[in-house]
Amino acid sequence: MSDKKLIYLDNNATTPVDPRVVEAMLPYFTEHFGNSASRNHPFGWAAEGAVDKAREQIANLIGADPREIIFTSGATEADNLALKGVAEMYKRKGNHIITLETEHKAVLDTCKTLEKQGCEVTYLKVNRQGLVDLAELEAAIRPTTILVSIMFANNEIGVVQPIKAISDICVKNQVLFMSDATQAVGKIPVNVKELGIHLMAFSAHKMYGPKGVGVLYVSRKGPRVKVTSQIDGGGHERGMRSGTLNVPGIVGMGKACELCAEEMEADAARLSKLRDKLETELMKVEEVVFNGHTEYRMPHMTNLSFKHVEGEGLMMTFNQNIALSSGSACTSASLEPSYVLKALGLGDDLAHSSLRISLGRFTTEEDIDFAIDAIRTGVNHMRELSPIWEMYLEGIDLDSVEWSEH
Amino acid sequence: MAYSDKLLDHFKKPKNVGTLDKAQKNVGTGLVGAPECGDVMRLQIEVDETSGLIKDAKFKTFGCGSAIASSSLATEWLKGKTLDEASSIDNMDIVEELELPPVKIHCSVLAEDAIKSAIKDYKSKNAE
Repeated sequence: MSDKKLIYLDNNATTPVDPRVVEAMLPYFTEHFGNSASRNHPFGWAAEGAVDKAREQIANLIGADPREIIFTSGATEADNLALKGVAEMYKRKGNHIITLETEHKAVLDTCKTLEKQGCEVTYLKVNRQGLVDLAELEAAIRPTTILVSIMFANNEIGVVQPIKAISDICVKNQVLFMSDATQAVGKIPVNVKELGIHLMAFSAHKMYGPKGVGVLYVSRKGPRVKVTSQIDGGGHERGMRSGTLNVPGIVGMGKACELCAEEMEADAARLSKLRDKLETELMKVEEVVFNGHTEYRMPHMTNLSFKHVEGEGLMMTFNQNIALSSGSACTSASLEPSYVLKALGLGDDLAHSSLRISLGRFTTEEDIDFAIDAIRTGVNHMRELSPIWEMYLEGIDLDSVEWSEH
Repeated sequence: MAYSDKLLDHFKKPKNVGTLDKAQKNVGTGLVGAPECGDVMRLQIEVDETSGLIKDAKFKTFGCGSAIASSSLATEWLKGKTLDEASSIDNMDIVEELELPPVKIHCSVLAEDAIKSAIKDYKSKNAE
């Protein structure tokens, strides 16, 4: 690829900060730099006012009350606060948590820690499209269940869970319902009251805001939920999360949410058209598998497996020009293939061959046309190098081969 | 991950990609790895019956950049060697030449396995 273009199609990993968000944040670094907890002078009052405005902008996006917004350093911290905070606060009621195999590590690793501390966790399986089975969820609830934690939209395959139905089951059984909605908030409508979500984690940097700031929404009414703080020192955020607030970051997150509220619908419509074009063209390539659900999914992304071609190698054919992700073991720090794709029942070989392509506000049709061409060319090139592609063309059934592991 | 220039060169312009006729008596074929592991290498050698030297080597690999570069380099090194010399190619030689990062060392191990597997196949077809 000699073309100098650099295209970003990894918006599920992070997004660029919208210039309008940067503009909103800047005064809070050098001009209105006060600590929002300084109650006795104009610097503090200005900062506090800015934070209050951000709370409103954020609450407005998700249909909440501003008092239900707890600021954190990101969605990972918000997930930790929700899970650990609920486990501690409600330990007299019980110690059982239900979640999904396909949750983000911020939820799964926190659950593993809670298990070591004496909690019991059920990790429900998902079906081939990544959806939870509602009957299985209800059957898993026990008298000791205190929390169900199910992510709104999956970060790898974009599948959107039946949130209202899950909430109904939780409410019926008097169990709290938490959702890690990092991939959904700001991209599709999320109304916590209408959907019956009691706790919700999300992050600024997935919606054109800065990294380092996120929110845990904690319901105040119907039901009134409390979480035991995991970070102590001053009692900020109604005693749920201490520490001086990241005022510029929070201002940025507020502005990002305001922009999403205004532009989300139009963005989603435009991006889903581009995504559909990309997906349709790439699925014309021989031996391509679609991963996820064709209907209940995010509008801006797709996850496809290109059989007989390994993901990292494929990405190397165009990564000087295009940024995206793969479920291949070779691209992960742990050298494990994507556990989400495994949970769908795909063989590991399909995980190794997968690409996750996620569009964003700044993606153009030109970018998509370039990507279609580059990926197609890359796949063909890698297939010429691939012994298993050659075997497939010869009609050999790869499942019947005795491979030598090492 | 920053790959070395040599590795990138092998990846962009791999040497000796292709297929030899495995039915031929003087061709040895090694097939190692597994699709579920994300790494499959097929390495083939053609031995000159008179001189006993490897006169041609070809590979095809399903795998990451390091795997492809390791197997490409292996075919380059095999040409002109005797079977004994080929057997003594060590994976660390590949690691050094390509400056493989620690997480990719296993790719060089697979390449060494592929070489040995091809030699073994040749020898079993040409047992005295």
